[in-house]
Parts: sequence; C-alpha cells; structure tokens
Amino acid sequence: MSPEQWTRSETDGTTGPPAATAAKPTREQVIAGLRATSEGGADLVQLLTPEGQRVEHPDFDLDISTAQLRDLYRDMVLVRRADREGNALQRQGQLGIWVPLLGQEAAQIGAGRALQPQDMAFPSYREHGIAWCRGIDPTEILGIFRGTDHGSWDPIDKRFHLYTIVIGNQCLNATGYAMGQRFEGKVGDQGGEATMVFFGDGATSQGDVHEAMAWSAVYDAPVVFFCQNNQWAISEPVERQTRVPLYQRASGYGFPGIRVDGNDVLASLAVSRWALDECRHGNGPVLIEAFTYRMDAHTTSDDPTRYRLADEHEAWKLKDPIERLRVHLVRDQGVEQDFFDGVDAEADELAARFRDFCFNIPEPPPERMFSEVYAEETPQLAAQRESYLQYLAGFADEAMAGGVR
Amino acid sequence: MAAPALERPTATAGSQTVTIAKALNMGLRSALERDPKVLVMGEDVGKLGGVFRITDGLQKDFGEHRVLDTPLAESGIIGTAVGLAIRGFRPVCEIQFDGFIFPGFDQIVSQLAKLHYRSQGKVKVPVVVRVPFGGGIGAVEHHSESPESLFAHIGGLKVVSCANPVDAYWMLQQAIECDDPVLFFEPKRRYYEKAELDPTAPPAPLFASRVVRPGSAVTVATYGPMVRTVLDAASAAAEDGTELEVIDLRTLSPLDLEPVFESVRRTGRLVLASEAPAESSITSEIAARVQQECFYSLEAPVLRVTGFDTPYPPSKLEEGYLPDLDRVLDAVDRSLAY
Ligand SMILES: Cc1ncc(C[n+]2csc(CCOP(=O)(O)OP(=O)(O)O)c2C)c(N)n1
Repeated sequence: MSPEQWTRSETDGTTGPPAATAAKPTREQVIAGLRATSEGGADLVQLLTPEGQRVEHPDFDLDISTAQLRDLYRDMVLVRRADREGNALQRQGQLGIWVPLLGQEAAQIGAGRALQPQDMAFPSYREHGIAWCRGIDPTEILGIFRGTDHGSWDPIDKRFHLYTIVIGNQCLNATGYAMGQRFEGKVGDQGGEATMVFFGDGATSQGDVHEAMAWSAVYDAPVVFFCQNNQWAISEPVERQTRVPLYQRASGYGFPGIRVDGNDVLASLAVSRWALDECRHGNGPVLIEAFTYRMDAHTTSDDPTRYRLADEHEAWKLKDPIERLRVHLVRDQGVEQDFFDGVDAEADELAARFRDFCFNIPEPPPERMFSEVYAEETPQLAAQRESYLQYLAGFADEAMAGGVR
Repeated sequence: MAAPALERPTATAGSQTVTIAKALNMGLRSALERDPKVLVMGEDVGKLGGVFRITDGLQKDFGEHRVLDTPLAESGIIGTAVGLAIRGFRPVCEIQFDGFIFPGFDQIVSQLAKLHYRSQGKVKVPVVVRVPFGGGIGAVEHHSESPESLFAHIGGLKVVSCANPVDAYWMLQQAIECDDPVLFFEPKRRYYEKAELDPTAPPAPLFASRVVRPGSAVTVATYGPMVRTVLDAASAAAEDGTELEVIDLRTLSPLDLEPVFESVRRTGRLVLASEAPAESSITSEIAARVQQECFYSLEAPVLRVTGFDTPYPPSKLEEGYLPDLDRVLDAVDRSLAY
C-alpha cells in the first residue's frame, strides 16, 4: 500500500488540517475511531459481524467446532464477570484501584487462546483476559490492586510475565526474551516458541515501543506485538498518538502489520494464531492492531464523561464481543439456553470466590518489605530489617506491659 | 541459574603486566568461555571491539550471538538484556559513555532493579551494565560524567567500581557471576594504566572495600579514577612525614564501611574523595554513616573533596573541576588542623 492510499481521511473523514492541531476536537473527530472501523472495512479482519453473522476471510479463515466456540464464550463471560467484580470491590473500598477490561474481552481471549504452552506473554496492566488464558486464577491478580503484592504468580512457570505499569517497558523485555528464544534455536518448526507482548494505543508513542520494533526486526525476534487500540489513553484519543493507522506502522520496521476487529474473538484468535505461527517458524516479528474500545473508565480513578461522548459509547455497545458470539451460538450453532445458564452459574461462583478471596487476603507481614530485594542479600538490608523488626517488637512489649494502648 | 563458581586457571600462567582495559577484556573472555549463557552486548562492541577496545576480538572468537553489535538505543540495550535475563541469559551490557546511560535509566530503575523484588525472588535478572565513567580525557560534553550515586540510591541494584587491573579482571567476572543486577563503573581515564596481574592468585571478594595503603594520620576513602590520585597524594604526604591510610571502596552499593569505621577509629580523621558532585552523593552517605558510627572517635569533621555541583564543565576547565593531588592534600591539612 502506498502512502497516498492511506490519506488522513481514513481516520478523520476530512482532508483538512490534521486533527492533532485542532484546538478542540469536533464531535466527528471524537468518534473517529468508530468511523475507522466501518470505513476501514477492507483492512479490518473480521470473521463474526456485530450482528453475529459468520463471514469468510480469504486469508484468515478458522476451522472451529461448536464446542470450541462455547469455550471462547465461556472464557469471555467469566473474565468479564471477574472484571466487574473487581470494579465493584474497588467501589466498596476493598481494592485501592481496579483497571477494567470491559469491552476488550474478545481481543484478549482470542490472542490468549492462540498462545501455546511453550510461548511467553508479556502483559501491560489490563490483561486480565490473557492472564486467564495462561492459567492464572483471577484471584492471583487481586493482591496488586489491594496492595498486598506486586503479582503473586510465578512468571517463569506460567510463562506470563508480571504486569508492567511503566508504559511500553515490556515491549523491550519481550523482545529480549524472544531474542533468547531464537538464540537457543527454539524457532523454526511447528513446535517452535514465540513471544507475545501486549500494549495500548497510547504506548505506541513511547520510545521503548519503537525501539522494540526496530530491534525485533534486526534480530528476527519471534515476537508478536499485540496492540489493543481501545481508542483512548486515559483522556487522549488515538489521534494524539498517530497520524496513520497503527497497524501500518509495521511496514516502516519491515514486518507485517494487521488490523483485526478486536471485538471479534474469532478474528482475534485466527490472526493471533497466524502471527504466532509466523514467529514459531522464524518469520517474525508481526504487529497486530486489535481495533476495540474501552467500555469503562481507564481505571476506577478516571472519569470518562469529562472527555468522551455518550454516543460513542452507545455505538460501541452495539459491537459487544460477548453478545455477538451469543447470537451466533444461538442462531447458527443451535446452542441451547442450558449452556448459557450453566456459564452464568459458573460466573456467579467465580464472582463469589473472587470476593471471598479479596476479603481474606492476609496482610503481608512487615518483613516482606525487605524480602527478596536481592538474590544475595546485603548486610545493610539485613541490618535495616533487624532494626525495624526490633522497633516494632518494642511496641508489642509496651502493649503487654501497659495493657491496652 | 547461578553461573558455575569462578575457578582459577590451573596452569600457572604466571603474572603479566596488563592495562585495566586488557584486564577487562581478559575478564570478559574468561566469562564468555566459562558460561555459554554469558552475552556481551552494546554499541560497536563487535567488529570495532568497543570505542575503548574493551571487547576487542571477542566477537571474532565467540560469534555474533554471544557478542552483539546492537542497534543504537540504550533503553533497547538494557530492556532486551532484562528479557534475555528472564530467559536465562547473563547479559553484560556496555554503555558507550557515562552521559549516555540516561536513555537506559528507565529500564534500569523500573525493570532491572525491581524484578527480583516484585516477583518475590521468582525472577532473577543477572545483568551487568558496564559504564566507562569519570573525566580527565578532554572529551566533549556527556563523555565525562560520574552518575554512580544515582544508581547507588536505587534499591535492588548493586554498584561497584574497579581501580586497577587485578580488580578489573576479577570484579567484572564476579559481577557477571552475581545473580543480582550490577552497575559496573570503569575508570576510563585509567584504562591504559598498567599493573601486574596473576590470574592464578585468589581474588578478593566483590562487595568489599580494601585498605590499599596503610597509614595513621588521616583516613582517605575513595574509588575508581580517584584511587590513583589519592595514592599519589599519599606518597607526597609521606615525604612530609604524614602517613595517609588509603581505602579503595570498590563497592558503592552495598557500601562496605567496616574497614572505614575501623580506620577512622584509629586515625580520628576522614577525607572522602570522588569526582562526582558532592550533593546527595555516595560521599554524603559515607559522611553520614561515619558520624553515626564513629562520633566519639572523630577529631575533625568528615571532609570531602569532590567535583562541583554543576554539570560537567567544558574540558578546558576540567582540570579545575576534578579533585587533584593538591586538593586532596589541602583537605588532609584542614582535617589535621582541627
Ligand atoms: C511511562 C508512563 N507514563 C505515564 C503513565 C500513566 N498512565 C498509565 S496508563 C496511561 C495511558 C495508557 O494508554 P494506552 O497505552 O492506550 O493503554 P490503555 O490503558 O488504553 O490500555 C498513562 C498515561 C505510565 N503508567 N507510564
């Protein structure tokens, strides 16, 4: 595709001055993301329309059974339920903050289910759906938001790195990991390994993301860059990050970039499988832009009514990833109500377990503050811990000696 | 995950006279030979052998996948080293000059330093970041800085600096063997100073400071490029009958201050010397700790001889900026005058 073909009209519908220089975005510009989905149809890989209609794609078809479709539906419902519970727990003061996933279930479950056990994944901080697919129980994420730990799973064992808060850092860490996979000769055939890294549209402005793409190309690193373009980086629309559709940036680094309908779990799965396979066989890297929408606030501390229009939100509701699969399952796959009831019951159980776990996470003991700072602890740190614990113990003595304080 | 324990070569190669640069090269070579997981990476480290030739000949002997000429991106160097370390490698990154570490600072502080802690020990990141540091080579700006205190301030990092060929050879290998991330500061203006190196002699521990010249009048503690300066000052002072005890700190985080305390308890006087600016620095830290531990032994306040709290000056002014023999002796005199 030549540069002339991707004119600015694709994103803002005008040939006037760039949106980024306009003092105040027009209503049209604010919902530019939406228009880019419908208008950018030729480039958008879709296998299931918002109406739940299965459509063919010449390059990314998917052979998938009803049972597998049900599994994907179940994944999305359970992950959404845990996410909603996380939001509620924050509102009840049980969590310091929660980072909602709502609306991005299809992007994440599609990508997450494309990963194989031998692959490695590097998340940002909203990847509860990817965590789910890597076999991490949703309760294992709670400590991060309750403030009891920085992530309790074993990243090596689960092949799912810790959440990364500093925007873009993980893209370089993933690239290094993928270079290691290649250096160890673990790419080349079907059993090969790949790495997938997750980041947002805002992250694409970070130097680390550019460096990661440049490096991964130079080292043919088997890494799939999975950008969830949810249209917003807190209050900044995607137009504040880029002049060109994000997936098209890949050509500048010398590897393929694809835009997938991020609200279509089948398309996300098919494209991710293909991209991971390319990496597995040594043809990486690949960039995937999952075109989606953040349906909730950025985090529970955010107020999206200050910067985006209700229409935009309403329009994206019609593209709900779970609803469209449900329609397809009922109408085209003959799935009975029993199944949906069963999944809902399972979601209720998960929610209850999630809540209980949250209420009962033990407070970390004070010595945890000092533990595992180093592989080989320093004498200074040992002394600091000792002295702090003694100081705390002093209060215990006082309390015992003097009764209730 | 730990590298095989350092073994001394059995053949009595005997001692040879080498520069710090050569000793570092030998240390890297030995680490690459011993452990296939060790990688050397950085800008120009391959064919060119690094701008200071520290990695000379290594790519030729170990190949492009052990000695990586990387794209020009410091965040990229550190960030991918972190990923490689998660994968089980032991990357040794070269930062070309001290003033260029800042694009990599984010990855060092945000990821490298914290991963072991965040994962409660499940992820180890044994990355060494080599930084040629300090002034005195008449370079343009950004080529002569002493940013070591910035790293010593960060929990989760270890910071060391070598000052002679023997330490250069061993400390680098020990840093590579260490399971923690280590910032390794090399005194670039001393790269071509020579000394005897006997690779069969046992090494000193990595995280330990050392008395390099015993004396009884004033303790002078320093590190890196200033060790030579202070030793020269001590020789000059000795001619006037003042015996300085010189301590090479070697490890900056963790600091090993027992030898300093012990010395100060004997001499009652401490002068600290460093090229870095004084404010909020390693020398500030030592001064605080010494007054805490040796309050009743001190005959004079702890004095410091340092660079100034300015950006590094144009090179025609660095002679004034860098503490020299006379400034060290002046501080010694002031200490003795109390
Ligand atoms: C380096 C850095 N700068 C700023 C922040 C604060 N911050 C957290 S999330 C965010 C927006 C990220 O947007 P995007 O990359 O689109 O991801 P999304 O949250 O939409 O998934 C910002 C500015 C941060 N975490 N890291």
